[in-house]
Amino acid sequence: MKNLNLINQIEAYLRGEMSPEERKAFEQLLMEDPTVDQQFKEHQQLMAFMQAYGERQRLQHAMNLIHEQIDVNALKNELMPFSTKVVRLWRSYRNYAAIAAVAAIVTVFSTLIFSGHLFENNASYSALRREINKIKRSQNDLVKDIKGKAKGPLNPGEFGGTGFALSSNGYIATNYHVVKGADSLYIQNAAGATYKVKTVYLDPAYDIAVLQIVDPEFESLGKLPYTFKKSNADLGEDVFTIGFPREEPVYGKGYLSSNTGFDGDTVAYQVSIPVNPGNSGGPLLDNRGNVIGIISGKQDRTDGAAFAIKSTYLLQSINEIPEKDLDRNLILNKKNSLSNLARKEQIKRIQDYIFMIRVY
Amino acid sequence: MKDKINSSIPDDKEILLGIRNGTKQSLELIYQAHFPMILQMVISNNGDEEEAKDIFQESIIVLYNKVKAGNFELNSKLKTYIYAICRRLWLKRLNQQSKFTHQLSVAEEVEESTTDLEEYEHQNRQFQLMQTALSQLGEPCKTIIEEFYLHNKSMQDICEQFGYTNADNAKTQKYKCLQRLKKLFFKA
Repeated sequence: MKNLNLINQIEAYLRGEMSPEERKAFEQLLMEDPTVDQQFKEHQQLMAFMQAYGERQRLQHAMNLIHEQIDVNALKNELMPFSTKVVRLWRSYRNYAAIAAVAAIVTVFSTLIFSGHLFENNASYSALRREINKIKRSQNDLVKDIKGKAKGPLNPGEFGGTGFALSSNGYIATNYHVVKGADSLYIQNAAGATYKVKTVYLDPAYDIAVLQIVDPEFESLGKLPYTFKKSNADLGEDVFTIGFPREEPVYGKGYLSSNTGFDGDTVAYQVSIPVNPGNSGGPLLDNRGNVIGIISGKQDRTDGAAFAIKSTYLLQSINEIPEKDLDRNLILNKKNSLSNLARKEQIKRIQDYIFMIRVY
Repeated sequence: MKDKINSSIPDDKEILLGIRNGTKQSLELIYQAHFPMILQMVISNNGDEEEAKDIFQESIIVLYNKVKAGNFELNSKLKTYIYAICRRLWLKRLNQQSKFTHQLSVAEEVEESTTDLEEYEHQNRQFQLMQTALSQLGEPCKTIIEEFYLHNKSMQDICEQFGYTNADNAKTQKYKCLQRLKKLFFKA
């Protein structure tokens, strides 16, 4: 109980609850009794500590109150425009990502180098069959207009190419790849005359097709102005062609630049002439109006490298047509009426014998 | 919102004076002005908002201790001081969680903060001991001790609060509680 009293006294003293007389007496006691003094100091320390602890609690309480008023999420979004999750993922995985990327690049390039793809000239051959739907889309109105006036079928067809008459009784030559997979075929010349045709003979090896007009309205094409060259043409020969890369006949002029075709193909010539999809199957004529070949394709990404099947192979194919498949005689024209004419006149005369082929 | 905070950054000296005098408002000012900076630092260095809150509050406590002790001289901006302390605290915590990041380099440090932090941590440990001792004490001892020693309530108030008929009974009760608390606290 003595202790209790002492504590009470110390606390009263420290809190200033003593009267001046009591204070003096208490200070006197402290001076006289070292044990009491010791206890006083210990308790003073404890009280100070407890007070500091209380203060800390109050401070923390006050801060928590303030913190509750702050919208931390809004603040976070404002300070961190990027999703921190993504950033964290990126930080922890960026090393792996870098290694993976390097490995991928090394693999790609080593594969390319070892397989030889990197240095190979990746030329490719493209047949010049025209997909009509593409053009139809870009020139929608125009095509509709033409369709309205045409007396032929209304559908412009899925593919198009060019063909030319072999004889006046309605045999037509074109490329095999133009008519490949056709349901039905129509031809139309620059004047607008449209005929239904059927395939008579197909030669996939030489890319040659022979068609025949089966339209009941058809009588005769008239006498052909051009002939067919039986021998090979010479390098440097001036040549020209007429084809249907559009709905209109298009004239193209060039020269024979090589005796072999794509990849050393001996069936074809290389011709330096501007041709486009739709030119396939068109006749390649020399200055005197001899058909020396059939335009068949060109090399991608190379300037001035078109190809034409040599006329000798066309003639060979015609000879191979079985007799029973021909219900009229296929007699090739032997008299050339173009040889001394100017180019403009030549074109006028042969125009009617060159047809746009519509494939359905 | 950012602009508002920036424009309302209070004068450092005023704040320190406010802390010394125990003004509530200065605490609020300092909190609103500098918490976003610490939130950004912690979040962009593998932390979350709760950790940012802890770190920031700890730095404020360090500042308060220092100011209250009366020997605080600010030789940089208050903002820099708080940032330095928070960075140090956060680095320490990251080290403990062993997810150290390279971005918060320990170099260029406000040197004085080191001793401050040591003091703070020592004090913190003592407070934690006291907290466990108090919680082991049980009621009504815990409340009596807290009211009297922590919150400086007079014995008169405590008597009324607990319904003691006379102050001597209350004092006896408090004395017994204190003895038990001392045992718990110093034993640990």
